Amino acid sequence: MSDEEDDLILSELNDEELTEQMMDDLYDGLKEEIEEAVQILLDRNWTPYDILTKSLVAGMQIVGDDFRDGILFVPEVLRAAQAMKGGMAILKPLLVETGAPKMGKMVIGTVKGDIHDIGKNLVAMMMEGAGFEIIDLGINTEAENYIGTAEREGADIIGMSALLTTTMPYMKTVIESLSEQGLRDKYIVLCGGAPLNEEFGNAIGADAYCDDAAIAVETAKKLVAARHNQV
Amino acid sequence: MKPIDTISDEALRDENLRDQGLGETGTGKTLVIACGALAREVLAVIEMNALEHLTLTCLPAILHNEPTKIPAAVERAVTEHRADYDQILVAYGDCGTGGQLQTLCDRLGVTMIDAPHCYAFFDGMEVFTTRDEPTTFYLTDFLARQFDTFVWKPLGLDRYPDLLPMYFGNYEKLVYLAQTEDEGLTDVAREAAERLRLRFERRFTGYGDLGRFLVDSQRD
Repeated sequence: MSDEEDDLILSELNDEELTEQMMDDLYDGLKEEIEEAVQILLDRNWTPYDILTKSLVAGMQIVGDDFRDGILFVPEVLRAAQAMKGGMAILKPLLVETGAPKMGKMVIGTVKGDIHDIGKNLVAMMMEGAGFEIIDLGINTEAENYIGTAEREGADIIGMSALLTTTMPYMKTVIESLSEQGLRDKYIVLCGGAPLNEEFGNAIGADAYCDDAAIAVETAKKLVAARHNQV
Repeated sequence: MKPIDTISDEALRDENLRDQGLGETGTGKTLVIACGALAREVLAVIEMNALEHLTLTCLPAILHNEPTKIPAAVERAVTEHRADYDQILVAYGDCGTGGQLQTLCDRLGVTMIDAPHCYAFFDGMEVFTTRDEPTTFYLTDFLARQFDTFVWKPLGLDRYPDLLPMYFGNYEKLVYLAQTEDEGLTDVAREAAERLRLRFERRFTGYGDLGRFLVDSQRD
């Protein structure tokens, strides 16, 4: 960081400069700066929803694009996610209070036998940023837990993540279990994870395979909208 | 093509195996296309069992960090060498390719090792599956020696140690699956466990299913 940046006082920036700066700080994974800037915008009477969408989500979109283009790598994305999480922690209770738009509800988890949750956590965070309500089942999630929670919570989407070649077939078990219970068409089923691909998603009968968190958000929005339009 | 007994220490340096792989070594008519991380182990099995029908070539081990590139690299190697050999064996597990490598090997009519990863076939697939240790992080001899290059630095832990809980928070222990008896390397693996804040355990496996895979090729 340059001396000039060291001297930057966030509260002295106007709104436009501050949101630009937040996107830079998010890119650089500066959690404390993000938390400070979120508080400044709240003090300036920005709505939590605007802060979320116009600074944090917009900033993470740039991070996601640069990750896809090979400019940023996993550690940098995780740093940015940590920073966004800091801002989200401030905004989340306020979003509920102020009645931000709701896109839908998603139950998400890493499948049974798998403890890898980095990708799942990124998707959950970006989905939350896009206005989805997230019920995070964590790691090592069994079919009954996915389905039972989705039923109980009235979810629209079931999201499954796996990092291992040995655990990804469990996604098929979950989908088969949905089918056996006559619930398959009730939910949008999304899957993702490093060893997966579109062919696998199709083979197990998922509605879509999502290559990264940004694609998961776009896909979820599209499929939820399509579902709402069904007669 | 070089006879196995003339291979230089330089060719088997970890850095060379990591970045360049290994050129054709041996005089046999069955070619083993292996991950560079397995070069020393394949050569040891060949030597111990006098498997003179085998020739070894290795792809750069660093592909381990970008598994999606493994199938294309294997396909190029098979295509390049196919005309010169009677048979080709692929000494890889699935290695994070999500079944893509198996699909490729089926299409090319070559045999690969039926295991998810190298550490699974060193342990022995039957044992590995029975143990079912999802909260265990594994190192082999090669990965212990190359811990910084294959684990610490690619995960950015040299620059951002605060990311450690995000990567390893759900793990409980590190198991070093040792192919050789080497106290120094055991210390290196133990130190890796300490850096990852995981319990340490060492299991001697020898060459496990890799040995069987190569020895069985005599019968084919």
